[in-house]
Amino acid sequence: MNQPEVEVVETDLLILGGGMAGCGAAFEAGYWGKAHGLRTTIVEKAAVERSGAVAMGLSAINCYMGMRWGENQPEDFVRYVRQDLMGLCREDLVYDIARHVDSSVHMFEKWGLPIFKTEDGHYKREGRWQIMIHGESFKPIVAEAAKKAIGPENVYERIFVSDLLKDPTTGHISGAIGFSVREHKVYVFKARAVISSAGGATGVFRPHAVGEGLGRIWYAPWNTGSAYSLMIKAGATMTQMEHRLVVTRFKDGYGPVGMWFLLFKGKVRNAYGELYEDTQVKALDDFPPYGQTRPIPTPLRNHQMLLDRAQGKGPHYMRTDDALQALTQGLDPKAIRAVESDAWEDFLDMTMSQALLWASNNIDPAVQPSELTLTEPYLMGSHSAATGAWVSGPEDLAPEGYFWGYNRMTTVPGLFAAGDGVGASAHKFSSGSYTEGRLAAKAAIAFIADHPDRPGVDGEAVNQLVEALFRPYRVFEENQGSSTKPDINPNYFYPKQGLLRLQKLMDEYVAGLGANYITNEPTLLRGLELLDSLKQDMAKVAARDRHELLRCWELWDRIRCAEAHTRHMLYRKETRWPGYYYRGDYPRLDDQNWKVFVNSRYRAETGEWDMETQPHHSIVA
Amino acid sequence: MPTYVNPDKCDGCKALDKPACAYICPNDLMVLDLAQGKAFNQEPDQCWECYACVKTCPQSAIAMRGYADVVPLGASLTPLRGTESIMWTVQFRDQRIKRFKYPIRSTAWGSIEPFEGAPEPDATSLTDPHLCAEAAWLGVDKLPVPSGRM
Repeated sequence: MNQPEVEVVETDLLILGGGMAGCGAAFEAGYWGKAHGLRTTIVEKAAVERSGAVAMGLSAINCYMGMRWGENQPEDFVRYVRQDLMGLCREDLVYDIARHVDSSVHMFEKWGLPIFKTEDGHYKREGRWQIMIHGESFKPIVAEAAKKAIGPENVYERIFVSDLLKDPTTGHISGAIGFSVREHKVYVFKARAVISSAGGATGVFRPHAVGEGLGRIWYAPWNTGSAYSLMIKAGATMTQMEHRLVVTRFKDGYGPVGMWFLLFKGKVRNAYGELYEDTQVKALDDFPPYGQTRPIPTPLRNHQMLLDRAQGKGPHYMRTDDALQALTQGLDPKAIRAVESDAWEDFLDMTMSQALLWASNNIDPAVQPSELTLTEPYLMGSHSAATGAWVSGPEDLAPEGYFWGYNRMTTVPGLFAAGDGVGASAHKFSSGSYTEGRLAAKAAIAFIADHPDRPGVDGEAVNQLVEALFRPYRVFEENQGSSTKPDINPNYFYPKQGLLRLQKLMDEYVAGLGANYITNEPTLLRGLELLDSLKQDMAKVAARDRHELLRCWELWDRIRCAEAHTRHMLYRKETRWPGYYYRGDYPRLDDQNWKVFVNSRYRAETGEWDMETQPHHSIVA
Repeated sequence: MPTYVNPDKCDGCKALDKPACAYICPNDLMVLDLAQGKAFNQEPDQCWECYACVKTCPQSAIAMRGYADVVPLGASLTPLRGTESIMWTVQFRDQRIKRFKYPIRSTAWGSIEPFEGAPEPDATSLTDPHLCAEAAWLGVDKLPVPSGRM
């Protein structure tokens, strides 16, 4: 193998990941950086125009207050998020997003995002927090603004970042290293502050389809947990990594249900015509006080559906037929057509596969219902889930202990996080993630202004990382002769084979869907043993080409996320989020002992994890 | 559900500096077969069916076939994306057809001036909580703080 070319890029602020959070960071950094003559660089493993979770498009913006019309105030949003997370969120972070998010949405509209309007000119609401958009081009529009804000010459695409760099003396973040997915080349980015705005983790658990449908999951399969893995390796304190997302979705296409529930007032009935929210209403009493408060938290709704299923009452159907027939009764053909168009757009803007599934099964939603199911678990910080870094809050909102100098800075000086990367602050969705990128970027520029000396980069550490990056090529080259069939070789395995091994063990031991989301201490400990042997075997992961090299490093990201998730689940001795996962040995929610955040820190030197709890402080009554 | 490429339509984007599908695919799936001069999906089971390549292909050579372990054959879902709107043609397995058209953008592509109308950034404002031009964009007079706090 030839030595790769090494390109060194000197910048001031480095943004890792060009999704919604990264684009928000680029916009805000472009503005504040100008006053200080600072350069901002964004690195993306794909093309910013269609990268991240919004690449496919969106049919709704799920975080919008509407403060200008007096619709909601940030306090209302904090209470909603706290309830949905069963009592635990960083209220300073949630409040901060809520008070700023409207400004981002108003800019999206000015830039050209079509938003549904009511007759009085307000945004059309799908639900209390959601507004409806024609969002096929949401990401390209936001990407255009981001590129212009920092200058297109500062956008580096098709580069996979594998590691953060730190000043060996001060411990400050000093850049990142990665490789090109298009040529045999390494990039070393030297920076004065870094924002981790990459994605959450999919593919950690075995999904419903394991053949060709392996990647047709709910959240983007290219979100491989880089946001977490990079920060974990750099020694940042992580929080709520035991949390996860399991959601109800249309079966096999993972189509969204929000519009059907909220706008169309659709009902989910079991195979016997019953509403599971009625048949399983008593189950809510097992999880006070959250079970008695409304709205019912997402995990508790899952819990009710799981109980209904366990009693032999499935499948469960979204009664699209009843909903559409009720909505269109007495309407003229043109109005009926408009309702039908909205119903299909919900899928065609953001989950086209579900529309293709309707067509493939000859389902007209106005005539037939569609089956729902629960997804496999995902690790993310932007939806009804809150894994991520433990970050400083904003100075004017953060309770004591939640502020250390710069908003959204992790416990590593100079390393900031946004979007899926920030923990304990859920329900950001697209607009909130974008807004959090803006908040992180402004604070990062302030950090750079306060720290004029450029942090150092350890040349020897860089050399070792370069060496490690291409090891999977050497593993293949040196061992391919040990078998007559390349797929079966005692000395190496391909990243796809490693991915399936990870997904199987997580499914079986760490409360995946195949285990009915149930685990306990002995099962989790066995899961950790299996993870440990997988980590050891990763020295034998092989790559035949650049695409496979990318997959090797994405697999490492997923494994690190899996380990953090498992260790956190082991530490929290209660069942806080029934319907997301159950600790069979601690089946109750225990507010007295566990209404606290579980935090972890990985020590790269020893491979050990420090676990601790942090108190939960409210800022909203 | 993976994309597939119609060999009669794909010209390998000879007129471009790189194939449009390979440029846009968020998951590094679409590549050019150099011997044949045509694109293909190199890892179909990692396809999210996001349609980014289908929408961008200048030859309309890329289509979606529902994933083989679940989806019955015979239906199709085809976009035609312009600068202002997108048209979807849904063909059912039983040959019924539905068409839907939705707006995608209300301004000209390339027209965004991100800081248009924003005041010159003031270095002394770096530590206050206000974001870029928020006085103009937030829609309320004052950035909220929780009641009981100043």
